Amino acid sequence: MNSPLLLLILLALATGIGYRMKATQGRIKRKAGLQISAAEIRTSFGARATVIQFSTTFCSSCRAAKVLISDVVSKQSDIKYVEIDAESNLELVRKLDIRSTPTTIFVDKKGFEIARAIGAPKRDQITAAINRL
Amino acid sequence: MTQTQNNLPPQTIDARGPRFTAGITLVVLSIALLTHSTLVIGFQLIVFAIAAFIGLKKSPYGIIYRKLVQPRLSGPVPLEDQRPPRFAQLVGFIFALVALIGGITDAKYLFQIATGFALVAAFLNAVFGFCLGCKMYLILVRIFKRA
Repeated sequence: MNSPLLLLILLALATGIGYRMKATQGRIKRKAGLQISAAEIRTSFGARATVIQFSTTFCSSCRAAKVLISDVVSKQSDIKYVEIDAESNLELVRKLDIRSTPTTIFVDKKGFEIARAIGAPKRDQITAAINRL
Repeated sequence: MTQTQNNLPPQTIDARGPRFTAGITLVVLSIALLTHSTLVIGFQLIVFAIAAFIGLKKSPYGIIYRKLVQPRLSGPVPLEDQRPPRFAQLVGFIFALVALIGGITDAKYLFQIATGFALVAAFLNAVFGFCLGCKMYLILVRIFKRA
């Protein structure tokens, strides 16, 4: 293929991929998932729900997500926030199919996954998701 | 007080650096693709190799960032662990190596495909701030590391 044309196609493709990734980043999707036990997250669940954030030490957006989510959750006494290091909990990471960090999982009081956000969610997205719990 | 690169903890780098270096990589890979130059892709291969195997701070693009760009930036330095961007450089190294083999053996499509993959990854990092190599890191840890 002609090189300038190939370059144009690649740049257009990368732009499309970039906008798609940007649009889906941090979006909270409803998801009926697996049940997690309290032992797996090494703490008890919140009375209404628990927000579990999977992070890694190398992930810079995890720190920002942690500050944001824990701040929103702190206003709700019946919702608990838990941060889990993905690299040292690989069994749970594999079980829940966590592929990147931060990934935030919303579970009900029995530990059933009800929603998931891949990437750092925005404050209004977290607030809306928590209000729906 | 603005923290400088030299004061950063040993395993961390200025998080803005990889995005800048991805911009230079994007330009170099575009030139390589347009000119079908094994010399240019060979140069980029060496840059990837230095960043992946010696360290991001020793990479020519990293030095350009530290000497010319970083001193002009204000505000606190966002920190990032250097393992994922270093891993991303390793992925870039593999693609550049395949492209170089394609270029040397006159396998035009191999050269174009391998350079193209590296170029798309560099574009996503430079323009959107998405590090594909970094995203692959946890997936590979999941595959290869025992729980």
